[in-house]
Amino acid sequence: MMNDLSAPSLGFSPPAAATPPGEKPVLAAVALGLLALVAAAADADASRARLTLYLAVALLSGGALGWAWLTFGRSAADWHPHDLWRRSSTSRGAVAWATGVALTGFYVVLYWFPWLLENLIRALDPASQWLRHRVADQWFLYGTFYTLAVLVLGVRALWKYRFSRYHLARTMSVMFFQLGFGFLLPGLLLALQRPEYYFTYFWPLKYDYLFPGTVAQLLHGGGLGVFMVFWGVVMSFVATPVLTYFFGKRWYCAWVCGCGGLAETAGDAYRHLSDKSRQAWRWEVRLIYPILGLITLLTALLWLGASGAVPALGVVTGPLGQFYGFVIGSVFSGIVGVGFYPLMGSRVWCRFGCPMAAYLGLLQKHFSRFRISTNGGQCISCGNCSNACEMGIDVKQYAQRGEPIVRAACVGCGLCATACPRGVLNLENGPRAGRLAGSTFIHADSLRIL
Amino acid sequence: MHFVIIGNGITGVTAAITARRLAPDARITLVAAESAHHYSRPALMYLYLGHLRYADVKPYEDWFWAENRLELVHAEATGVDTTARTVQLTTGQALDYDYLLLATGSVVRTASWPGQQLGGVQGFYGLPDLEKMSQATQGIRQAVVVGGGLIGVELAEMLHSRGIRVMWLVREPRYWQSVLPPEESALLAAHIRSYGIDLRLATELREILGDDQGRVRAVVTTAGQELPAEWVGLATGVQPNLALARAAGLETDLGILVNELLETSAPNVYAAGDCAQHRQPAPGEVAVEQLWYTGRMQGETVAHTICEQPTPYRRGQWFNSAKFFALEYQTYGRVPAQPAADTASFCWQHPTRKHLLRINFRRADHVVTGVNALGLRQRQPVWERWLGEQTPIGVVLAQLAVANFDAEFSRQHEPAIRREFARQFPDIVLPAPRRKGLLGAW
Ligand SMILES: Cc1cc2nc3c(=O)[nH]c(=O)nc-3n(C[C@H](O)[C@H](O)[C@H](O)COP(=O)(O)OP(=O)(O)OC[C@H]3O[C@@H](n4cnc5c(N)ncnc54)[C@H](O)[C@@H]3O)c2cc1C
Ligand code: SF4
Ligand code: SF4
Repeated sequence: MMNDLSAPSLGFSPPAAATPPGEKPVLAAVALGLLALVAAAADADASRARLTLYLAVALLSGGALGWAWLTFGRSAADWHPHDLWRRSSTSRGAVAWATGVALTGFYVVLYWFPWLLENLIRALDPASQWLRHRVADQWFLYGTFYTLAVLVLGVRALWKYRFSRYHLARTMSVMFFQLGFGFLLPGLLLALQRPEYYFTYFWPLKYDYLFPGTVAQLLHGGGLGVFMVFWGVVMSFVATPVLTYFFGKRWYCAWVCGCGGLAETAGDAYRHLSDKSRQAWRWEVRLIYPILGLITLLTALLWLGASGAVPALGVVTGPLGQFYGFVIGSVFSGIVGVGFYPLMGSRVWCRFGCPMAAYLGLLQKHFSRFRISTNGGQCISCGNCSNACEMGIDVKQYAQRGEPIVRAACVGCGLCATACPRGVLNLENGPRAGRLAGSTFIHADSLRIL
Repeated sequence: MHFVIIGNGITGVTAAITARRLAPDARITLVAAESAHHYSRPALMYLYLGHLRYADVKPYEDWFWAENRLELVHAEATGVDTTARTVQLTTGQALDYDYLLLATGSVVRTASWPGQQLGGVQGFYGLPDLEKMSQATQGIRQAVVVGGGLIGVELAEMLHSRGIRVMWLVREPRYWQSVLPPEESALLAAHIRSYGIDLRLATELREILGDDQGRVRAVVTTAGQELPAEWVGLATGVQPNLALARAAGLETDLGILVNELLETSAPNVYAAGDCAQHRQPAPGEVAVEQLWYTGRMQGETVAHTICEQPTPYRRGQWFNSAKFFALEYQTYGRVPAQPAADTASFCWQHPTRKHLLRINFRRADHVVTGVNALGLRQRQPVWERWLGEQTPIGVVLAQLAVANFDAEFSRQHEPAIRREFARQFPDIVLPAPRRKGLLGAW
């Protein structure tokens, strides 16, 4: 064998980008905001903590918006992810690690040491009283931060993508659903003494919505409860297949879902970090389908148990439910899913863990009119599309072979099509006949790419 | 069979991959001097821009080669013995071959300007050039780009992204005038200037001036004007890389001369891609093609021939695409800068936004012959069909939405385009139009 690859490969590593001086004041505002947040958390005086918290929110939002304007507002309205791989914050540098540790730490505190957040939670009492007619708890605090992140960084996304009506529509949609259906409506239900319910989450993502216990509890709540159960079943088993048939899984993942909403707004700066290697793809398949299987199994077992047919089932379902709730529900979806944004990209959870994504993906791949078409023979294999894909799909492998992209993972964010400098990609719904037919301009080669 | 390929650009690599598919048992060796693995040359600029890392511009992951038994040799080939059928490498080794493909690509072409050897003056073709440019442009404030082609615009965009002021010298009085009709030229020139690029048309380089350290300090134009420059990019074209072919004693002209089967003058030696020159190009086609997709097509064609399926090279309908500072350009068929006398040219421009569509058609039978699109994406297979089937302009305009490749929710301009056509060509009646729907009913 003459495999002489020992000679040093040239490669190219561009110099790191310095932070432009103009951006320093806004970054300082963000840093001060974080400091104020810590101060508020440490302050036992409720009214002072509240003021500090408001200050923190103002500084963080103002700083983030200011930064968005400096980065996108001054340059022409187009796609220019300049310096993404040259900045410490977006190329797994020191800033990214610090951000990741801070985010992960927040989740750890939220799940296991919520009393450390007591002062912040109390500071939100007036807001919680106003919206939900009850005192705040850690989840209200979390919901507030979450929604703020989606809204503020949603404005950043609107600014960044102001040249594209697809991205504007998509961003406004996730902002709307998070604010209305993820924050205000559940709070309102509580205020009206109704069970808290998120109309935009369904089984299998919100797995316990179809657990016998939850169903019984909801049905107990009268007409609205009956509607909630009915809604959940219809959305999971009728609307999801129908909508996915027409539009692919994007109608949910990139337009409605709260996790997707956070990824598309707060996570937007990190989308390129998702690993595109074959290895990563293998992990994806190894994880996501077993998780869907697990939650299906658990739900079935619970119903079997509830039917009373097999009394011994409780021994299995109890621990299994706890395991799922802990490992998948909190550790995976929260800590890893969001905490690792700056290191592994914005859709770690959606990609490796979400059972809803798995369910939608199976429908999308085998039963949908959705595909990303590749335009003839124009691909120059530049890799911009793959780089932009938050779901870690190596889009160029398909484009350079002239194949339409039909992948279970694709959430239809449309960024690959935006990033392509040659206009090669287009998200389309069309007749299923010929959906997988490749371009006649490039002869498909049979060599494996995955 | 041992198939040796010199050059791991798109041409050589496509030939290797195609040959592996056609001849599962063949031994295939890729020899390359520039990089151990194949990378996308058109993507070089994105490395400088910081959009991508080197690993991202490799079209195949590193496991691909070994898994498909494609042997990679990172070395330069210095000579070929066409009778003994061996290739000499800089490593001192010699490779025996049954079939040899030269896919050696291009080298930068420069006129001989005084001062072009100064530090901070360079062309741009490969990774070493990128590395050089990256070093040399660090912290500088003022640069000059010479040459108005596609590499010129990339250099201007790269420099601009680092906040470097760019003076861009283009010899012709209007932008890319050898290729583009006047409206496209004007739109692009205005667009480029809107980024603050100092685009100087009808301006030619005469000389490059250096300082005491042998670094560039300024350039002088033929008009005698002296322009300060801390870096100068020469983007005045590329020419076939003939070094190895000459050393092997092959017949060359501008490029390595090949026939329809991409055979050179020596037996079992083929040439394809940027380095090849067709002895008899098809009517209306050029002898030396320096494009990504033609490289891919030639690589595929030559692999068929070598794997005992002799296949003449046929390029088919011309197409090309590029991007000028976020403004996309696509062309299908033929749209010469000056239409021939028997050709009519319809051009629509958006009154305020940067969208342009030009369709050329024959006056006699109204058959469309080519299209230019700026700021609009057109569907290649549709245009391929229209051009191939000699479709009249009326039918094309009626069905124009079918060729629309813009993202969902984009504004659709077909009605405005038809109105403009009716204004410019009142005598030609258009059939009723079709629209592109959200559910993709094309
Ligand atoms: C900056 C830039 C941007 C471009 N953008 C576009 C675009 O957008 N669209 C488009 O269609 N085209 C574009 N092109 C042109 C396109 O890249 C080329 O046409 C194409 O890469 C040619 O491929 P090739 O395989 O024939 O040659 P190359 O890609 O040049 O590959 C030849 C390889 O052979 C190696 N080699 C040469 N001699 C030897 C030897 N003796 N021993 C070992 N190795 C050797 C060289 O090192 C080189 O790596 C661009 C070119 C450049 C420079
Ligand atoms: S393939 Fe494209 S549309 Fe799908 S998730 Fe990736 S970037 Fe988004
Ligand atoms: S961004 Fe476009 S040209 Fe580049 S690899 Fe992807 S599809 Fe091909």
